[in-house]
Amino acid sequence: MPRTVRLAELAQARSGDKGDLANVALFAPTDALYAAFVREVTAERVRAHFGRYVRGGVERFEVPNVRALNFVLHEALGGGGARSLRSDPLGKSYGSLLLRLEVSVEDAEMEGIPPRHPTR
Amino acid sequence: MLSVRVGAGQGFYGDTVDGALDVARSGDVAYICFDALAELTMAILQQDRMRDPARGYARDLPAFMEALLPLCRERGIRLITNAGGINPGGAAAAVRDVARRLGMGDLRVGMVVGDDITARVDELRAAGTPFDHLDTGASLNEVRDRVVFGVAYLGARPVVEALERGADVVVTGRIADASLFVAPMVHELGWAWDDWDRLAAAVVLGHLMECSGQATGGNFSGDWWNVPELDRVGYPVCEMSADGVALLTKPAGTGGRVSVDTVKEQLLYEVLDPHSYINPDVVADFTSVRLRDVGPDTVEVSGVRGRERTASLKAILGYLDGYAGTIMIGYSWPDALAKARRTAELVDRMVERAGLAPLEQVVEYIGHDSVHGPAAPEPDDANEVMLRICARFATEAQARRFPRLATPLGLNGPPFIAGGVTPPQARTLLGTWPTLVGRELVEPGVEIDVAAAGEAG
Repeated sequence: MPRTVRLAELAQARSGDKGDLANVALFAPTDALYAAFVREVTAERVRAHFGRYVRGGVERFEVPNVRALNFVLHEALGGGGARSLRSDPLGKSYGSLLLRLEVSVEDAEMEGIPPRHPTR
Repeated sequence: MLSVRVGAGQGFYGDTVDGALDVARSGDVAYICFDALAELTMAILQQDRMRDPARGYARDLPAFMEALLPLCRERGIRLITNAGGINPGGAAAAVRDVARRLGMGDLRVGMVVGDDITARVDELRAAGTPFDHLDTGASLNEVRDRVVFGVAYLGARPVVEALERGADVVVTGRIADASLFVAPMVHELGWAWDDWDRLAAAVVLGHLMECSGQATGGNFSGDWWNVPELDRVGYPVCEMSADGVALLTKPAGTGGRVSVDTVKEQLLYEVLDPHSYINPDVVADFTSVRLRDVGPDTVEVSGVRGRERTASLKAILGYLDGYAGTIMIGYSWPDALAKARRTAELVDRMVERAGLAPLEQVVEYIGHDSVHGPAAPEPDDANEVMLRICARFATEAQARRFPRLATPLGLNGPPFIAGGVTPPQARTLLGTWPTLVGRELVEPGVEIDVAAAGEAG
């Protein structure tokens, strides 16, 4: 059975800046979920999810050795860190924005994934 | 097998010196490398230099040296830093001052210059470097008359030369972050400059270490709540072997965590195409990297493949791009978001009536959408919301007037304000212009100077 899950329940992410480009790396914990991310988390979906924050295109690179997808967001930092008007001029929070995205995964793909329990 | 242990001492301008001290005390390293520079930092240092030509290097460099030199001198640990920013000469002089004060007149301080192309932009254009924008392809003509600094990213070679000439401390400007770490590896392990796989391995390790605690448990998005003692996170230490296989770890007794999960996040940090991570000395393929947990807080890094270096160097030009003014006002429940939105409308009308002409404006509701923006769902009645409006103007005078418009809203606006900060100064905005420059136009001008502290004037 497919179910809808937020990436935050499944994945690690880190984001950073290069001028007006941002990158967001999304890490899958298992091979099965990596395959699911490759299927579900397309450049087009990420582009739509980031909406007005990204004025250029979104590229996606597969990095299977660490079960990661690396997204490069063009013209995505308001002109870059020393030029941006935003309170997050370096896109440090873009990783968490990507983790908000919902994906459809099969039960079998969820095998071995513990529930995420922060301290609260 | 021959190997060298290299530690990380700094991840950004403003980092604590405690991490470097732990590495010096219990990292068993021969070198500590300090990355003080980021694109944003270059812009900050440029603004420093515009105010005072003696500035332009990281101001905390003397304090770092003061804290580290006694122990590092005793243990023969050599230090490599790019804290010279856009004034490596001034920075090296400051290090020599500290050394003399500490009674270390024989400390040899090396300096690398030649990355600064600020005064050469037109000359280099005439020589055939178009300086088109690396990402958008736009012509530099769009901003040429507003360019205030330019630097090319140098590789590890000049640092290796400084080490060969006996420098105990090497101070540079815009050496690529990872190259600070590549230099001692090449120097100690005797790798050839066309040994692409090993150079790529060194770049990968340098890349992993350049952001200090970000490889050892900081900013970790996995089970961060279980990472111990982030108040004293151990900075990365690596043992690189002559065959290009490395162990990444941290000093004993420090906090943080080194595991495949913490390290892999840093592997892709600020990376564009992972197949081609372009460093001045080599193109590294990050999809070839194998990470393996091999012990407590120890990850093996192996398998790295590299390709021949590119013909061009990356360069960054910085240009003035107006001035920003910021308004911040907080509102409390009930209807906090509605009040903040109303105030944003009021500010728009006040701006128009005052005749200010913002070129661009960002409105954020902190507590609601300032980080997730378009993806943030409408909240239930929020406890509190901080309105933040940041606007860009052509003149500094307008940017300073802008926040003052909002001050009366403390009495005249919607009820239950809850603090807020409206910095009265305008912020100078610097655009960054990433571009390429021919290696042959920059590298011949690179100079290395090594001199003992006592000899300096």
